[in-house]
Order: sequence, then C-alpha cells, then structure tokens
Amino acid sequence: MVVIVKALLILAALAFPAHAQQKFITLASTTSTEQSGLFRHLLPMFEKNTGIQVRVVALGTGQSLDMGKRGDADVVFVHAKPLEEKFVAEGFGVKRFEVMYNDFVLVGPKSDPAKVGGTRDIVAAMHKIKAARVPFASRGDASGTHFAEVELWKLAGINIAKDKGPWYRDTGSGMGPTLNTAAGMNAYALTDRGTWLSFKNRGDLVISVEGDQRLFNQYGVMLVNPARHPHVKKEMGQAFVDWVISPQGQTAIAGYKIGGEQLFFPNAK
Amino acid sequence: MDTILQAARGAFDLITSGDRTLAEIVLLSLKVSISAVVLATLLGLPLGAAIAVGRFPGKRAVVVLLNALMGLPPVVVGLVVYLLLSRAGPLGGMGLLFTPRAMVLAQAILVLPIIAALCRQAVEDAWIEYQEQLRSLGAVGFRAALTLVWDIRFSLLTAILAGLGRASAEVGAVMIVGGNIDGVTRVMTTTIALETSKGDLPLALSLGIVLIALVIALNAAAMYVKEAAQRRYG
Repeated sequence: MVVIVKALLILAALAFPAHAQQKFITLASTTSTEQSGLFRHLLPMFEKNTGIQVRVVALGTGQSLDMGKRGDADVVFVHAKPLEEKFVAEGFGVKRFEVMYNDFVLVGPKSDPAKVGGTRDIVAAMHKIKAARVPFASRGDASGTHFAEVELWKLAGINIAKDKGPWYRDTGSGMGPTLNTAAGMNAYALTDRGTWLSFKNRGDLVISVEGDQRLFNQYGVMLVNPARHPHVKKEMGQAFVDWVISPQGQTAIAGYKIGGEQLFFPNAK
Repeated sequence: MDTILQAARGAFDLITSGDRTLAEIVLLSLKVSISAVVLATLLGLPLGAAIAVGRFPGKRAVVVLLNALMGLPPVVVGLVVYLLLSRAGPLGGMGLLFTPRAMVLAQAILVLPIIAALCRQAVEDAWIEYQEQLRSLGAVGFRAALTLVWDIRFSLLTAILAGLGRASAEVGAVMIVGGNIDGVTRVMTTTIALETSKGDLPLALSLGIVLIALVIALNAAAMYVKEAAQRRYG
C-alpha cells in the first residue's frame, strides 16, 4: 500500500516539480480571520517586509490546534484561550501571545420571535431563546466560536448537551455555512463580528444582541514547538509571531476595515 | 431565479474578463485532475485488463470489491491521505501535505477504481468475443489482455473520461489534503465551497458554471481527438 502511494507520489512529482525553494511558513488559523479578509490585508505586508510567504490553512480552532499537535503547521493563530493554554502547557506550542480581539454578536431574524432584541445581556438572551424554543443554529464543530457558545449556555445555567431540543440545530460546519443555514431557517446564531460583516447571504438576519463584555473574543498566536517537531520552521515562524505583535503588525491589524468599520482591535502586550 | 440569472451573467463576465487569479485556479485544477487521471490510467488499464482475463481464486470477490471502490467517498480518501502525509504519519518526512502533489495522489486513488473497473468490464466482454481468435494467434494471458486493451482503446476513452469527471468534480479530498491555500492549493471546487461559505452564492454559482463549461470543453476535445484518431488509424 505504502509502496503504491510512494510510486504515485514520484509520478505526481513529474507534474509538479519542486520549485526553487520559496521561503514560506504554514499557518493554521480560523475561518474568521481568513474569510473576513484580514489575512489578505495583513500577509502581503509581512511578505514584503521579510520575503516570507504565509500559507494559511483556515479551519476551526479545534482543528487548527490539532494540526499544530501533528506538526503540520509552523504557527497557530486561533481564538479559544483555555484550549490554547492547554496546547502550550502540553508542550505542543512554545509560548502564547495575545494579538487582538473582536467580539461575538448574536444574530437572529428581524421578527425576533424570542424577543431578545435591544438588550445587551447575552446571558438573558440565551435564556429567552431556550425558553421560547425558537431555532438556534450552532457551529457544533469544536471551533473557537462553538466553544464560546457552549460557555455562554453554561453561564445561563443551561447544559446544552443535555437540554437541547429540536429547536437547537447542530450544523457541524464552519461559520459561513452555519450562517447560511441560520439565514435559510430564520434561526438565531452566534458569530464573530468579522465574519458577519463580510457575510453576504444574510436573508432576514440582523444583529440581535451585541456589546456585552462576555462576548469578548480574544485571539492568540503561538509557534509550534520545534522540540517536538524538529522540522518546524522556527526562525521564520517566530518572525511572523514577532511581527504580528510588533507595533507595525498591530497598526496593520487596526487598519483593516470593512465599510469603514474596524474588525479587529490589536491588544498585544 | 434572480440569483441564477445573476450567476450566469457573472460566469460570462468571469470568463471574458481574463481574471488572472481565476486563470491560475483553473490551470491548477486542470493540472491536478489531469495528472491524477493519467496516473490512474497508467495503473488502472493494465490492472483492469489483468483481472478481466485472469483466472484466479476469489476473482468474483475482487470484481465486487473493485466495483464497490468506484464509490469511494472523497472525504475518506482525503482523510487517509492526510494521515499518511501528515508529519505525524508514516510518510510525514516527505513534507508533502498541503501541496498539489498530495492532491494528485488523493484524486488518483479516487479515480483508479473507476478506470480499472470500467476497463475490466470492457476487456472481459471483448475477451469472450475474441478469445478463440487470440488463442489461435498464440496470444495468451496478460499479453492477450493488453492486445484487447489496444483493440478497444477508443471505447476505453469513456472510462478515462468518467475518471476525469470524478477528479474534476470532487471537493472533499482536495480540501483536506490541499488545505485550500490561496495561490498554492486552491482549485475550482474548493473556491466554490469557500465562496458558498462566505455567503456569496452568485459568485459561487458563477464559478460552478465556469467549471461545468470547462468539463464540457474537455470532453468535447476528447471526442474530437478520438474521432480524428479513428479516421486515421481506425
């Protein structure tokens, strides 16, 4: 089996010969940073400064961290602090740096069947949605946003794994597909603001709840541990980490706007 | 309906605009899928022919298995190739994950059973018909099989085109092993999936129309080449 695979790979190399070594790193990151357009704004600047190309594989936070654990990425850039701290504590990452934040918003149908519009209290809103049993579309994919959603249910005293009913639609997919589903069935959904602002197929959905401190969404960056995976490009990877938390990188993050609205707020220490 | 009309117009604009990014994505799609089909053909035709003329215990089981493998789920193939090529996997040292080569490998694995199974059937039918003749000419075993493959080469084109259809249409495998990296491993189907998840459905559909047009053009080209060759060598 492995022999056949190797033979196929050698033949495949004929179609795609190795190019003169281009300097690049592989970055495992989240769909929110990629699909909001932040990376398209940020990475060309980094590449211009350093000559290092950044190849982004955009997955949920859980899957991105798993990519780092397997050694398939050089740098991980995600948003679920407890999971990131665990990743570093277990020796998969070198050190975690805070980069920026944005916030989550609760979106829902304009008609607002759960009557949550206008409040700032996200926990009360979660309560009302559960009580009214109106459709709620969840990521259900172990992503950072899914993780944050489960935490919010917990704060509302709801064990969503146990208390969910047919109203709770577990889509098991990325932010975009989940919003497509929510728009299709007029459901509430938790989304990061960046994806929401750049999302086009909104249907009847509008922002229902925003501005609660508990909707804060922190992003962190870490180099995958070269002690565990010797092939990790540590100099180039570290150069990227250093750059995004440098004044220059931070200014570049603050400069990214959609329709005049700033999407991410740099807060590296 | 509006979206569909908008998408059709968008597809036309995309094709006529000569957009460079789109051209690169189209080119990569073609290179990956055609390479995969070439590899699968090189392996699949002899394999299918050998099974067709061979007499060995468990042949029926092999045929059933081969036919069933035509329905290999792309996402499973993608996952297996991912685990093989991952740094933590047996071939991790080659560092091939998230490269076009990995995508060629995954698609070749998907296409191989299709070409082999369809070839097996075609050669078996021809074998029943020409067995006596071939025997009297002294052609036996694998050599007879290859003679048959050559004889029915024009019919086998359909098997190869079926393989190409599979390769150019699938998204599950290339998404996992390629990672849909902008400018490196982004192909037509993964771009369509990406634009769908961004909620830009008209653009996604436009790209879909471009992809279908491309597949039709490829098939038309294959048909033309086949007819020209038949006239000349038929």
